[in-house]
Amino acid sequence: MKGPLVRRVSTIAVAGISTAALAFTLTACGESSTESGDAKGKGVGLAFDVGGRDDHSFNESAARGVDKAEKELGVKSKMMTAKNGETEADREQRLSSLAEAGYNPVIGVGFNYSKSIEKVAKEFPKTSFAVVDSVAPGKNIDSITFGEHEGSYLAGVAAALKSKSHKVGFIGGVNNALIQKFQAGFEQGAKDTDSKIEVTSQYLYPNNDKGFNDPAAAKEKAKGMLDSGVDVIYTAAGLSGNGSIEAISGQKGAWAIGVDSDQYQQPGLDKYKSSILTSVVKNVDVAVFDLIKSVQDGKPLTGPHAYLLKDGGVSLATSGGAIDDIKDKIADAKKKIADGQVKVRTTP
Amino acid sequence: MKKFDKNKLILGLAAPVLAIVAALVITSIIIAATGQDPLHAYEVMVDFGSKADSQVWIINKATPYYLSALAVAIGFRMNLFNIGVDGQYRIAAFFAAVVGGALTLPGIVQVPVIIIVAMIVGAIWAGIAGLLKVTRGVNEVISTIMLNAIGASVIGYFLQDGRLAEKEGNLIHTPYLPDSAHFFEIPTTPKPIYGFVVIAALAGVAYWFVLNRTRFGFDLRTVGRSESAAQASGVSVKRMVITAMVLSGAMAGLVGMPTLLGVSYNYGTDFPVGIGFTGIAIALLGRNNPFGMALAALLWGFLERTGTQLEFEGYAQEIVGVIQGVIVLCVVIAYEIVRRYGLKVQQRKVGEELAAQARKSDKAEVSA
Repeated sequence: MKGPLVRRVSTIAVAGISTAALAFTLTACGESSTESGDAKGKGVGLAFDVGGRDDHSFNESAARGVDKAEKELGVKSKMMTAKNGETEADREQRLSSLAEAGYNPVIGVGFNYSKSIEKVAKEFPKTSFAVVDSVAPGKNIDSITFGEHEGSYLAGVAAALKSKSHKVGFIGGVNNALIQKFQAGFEQGAKDTDSKIEVTSQYLYPNNDKGFNDPAAAKEKAKGMLDSGVDVIYTAAGLSGNGSIEAISGQKGAWAIGVDSDQYQQPGLDKYKSSILTSVVKNVDVAVFDLIKSVQDGKPLTGPHAYLLKDGGVSLATSGGAIDDIKDKIADAKKKIADGQVKVRTTP
Repeated sequence: MKKFDKNKLILGLAAPVLAIVAALVITSIIIAATGQDPLHAYEVMVDFGSKADSQVWIINKATPYYLSALAVAIGFRMNLFNIGVDGQYRIAAFFAAVVGGALTLPGIVQVPVIIIVAMIVGAIWAGIAGLLKVTRGVNEVISTIMLNAIGASVIGYFLQDGRLAEKEGNLIHTPYLPDSAHFFEIPTTPKPIYGFVVIAALAGVAYWFVLNRTRFGFDLRTVGRSESAAQASGVSVKRMVITAMVLSGAMAGLVGMPTLLGVSYNYGTDFPVGIGFTGIAIALLGRNNPFGMALAALLWGFLERTGTQLEFEGYAQEIVGVIQGVIVLCVVIAYEIVRRYGLKVQQRKVGEELAAQARKSDKAEVSA
């Protein structure tokens, strides 16, 4: 009774394995996946950092730039998302599959892509690449960085002008090189505006990306600062910032300064928006659009490009009108930075 | 006897085949439910996954997975659930990277030193859990998962500019290993295969030999089957627990080496995490068999390689994660079904033989 069944199973198994093996060896003869792709221009290839398109901040800003290019330049696009716990091999594959499918330019959003862009760009010399928040060497790479310190300087100016206690605070998500730029600019801006001001700067985590994703920790930090008399707090901590804004909204007369996106406009923060003074906006979309346009025009941008205050790469959001009364002073500070009269430090 | 062995082989093959067919059916239903064409998805996967550069990619990706599965399997064979391979390989790779970055020796010395440091650190980290189990009765699942968290914090503390790491742009990592510490590559086209695949293969052979051909391996499997029986036959269970954890940890120490010696040459904030957990799935899939786990690791690599391509073709990126999960579940279930079926067949066979014997002796009695 079991004989025929077992025999059938074994026949199927043998047949299956041998066909699979055959298919594998036949199609595999030396052909590489890069050779079979066509290299016609298909539009923009965008590789996101972890979090994906809808992170309400960094990735979303890059996606806005692509959306704008689709509308205004009529280009098509392909956007791909990073998984958690990726290796270099995964990032390289994502970039090279975009390049080999003919997408041009190919953009890596986030400094995690710096090494993989450098490698893949060498393999596709005719494609333009870009990396956001990092500088990668290569003839066909546009390295996009931002003047976070300059935008933060203006936030420092605004904070110093609005503070009644002459005490302002900075909360960083993770103590890394990038976030230190925010801190340095903020401290300098506040001190240049008000010589008596006291700036408290604290970080949520010394070295753990969780700092960008822990609103509870930011809430506690903000409460501590408020208790010690700080009345304007600038939080550069991604999603964690929501916690600090929530804490600040509980105290009358205290102001929160947001980061990356115009947080006054964010529906998720609607409840607290009367406490949001302004936001330091990082216009990744502008940089992404510039690159796409340059590729469309046949003159692709390459080399390091710092998007500073004077180019509109970073700016201070005015929605809500809370800084309308001091806008002349902010415009003044902005002009000084643009003219080079004021040099903003990048490290605290 | 020979026929029975053949049946056993077929039964052994039936389980994975059943699992894969079931997994394919379930995945097809899921893909179809998302409004996509499952057949086209498989076509894309086979087509893309069989390209030469994909094959190289898959082998390179599978190497650490295989080592991780071996580390997990050593524990599994004696009923120890070493969930801490993840922490063990990371802390091992970190300290190996620190030592390797500080030394400049000829490659022939440098590379073994790095590997040995990694194995020792991994062994110590896993050994703590073994020690806790035999002296304090702490379940190794709890202690190893706690040690994962402790390991991550230890790395987090030292992996900072000015401590044991340095800054490069926005990345923080340990100093680069000198050129002499770069592991050899197998010059395949279009891209090379990391030479560490050779070490992984040797580790697989060693695993097979030690477990199946030595007294120690026999003792280990005995403890896995029945502690009391092992104890009764003179095996020191406590010693076996510690030894198995130490071996498992030493094997885990190798997991980070293909990356450290072949790709990154440093341990940084971007060092891959989670391979230890992938290893658990692969050990389950490969049924702790050295050859089976190799196939499972390659299958995992294949799925990951082709997953990105699927996203490219407009399929949801998560499909591959679903396929992986479904396969593991199907394998566990299929093996249980086949095991029960085999048991039934065996029982029936024994029953028939006994009945035949009884008939024979009946006849003998009648004639007597």
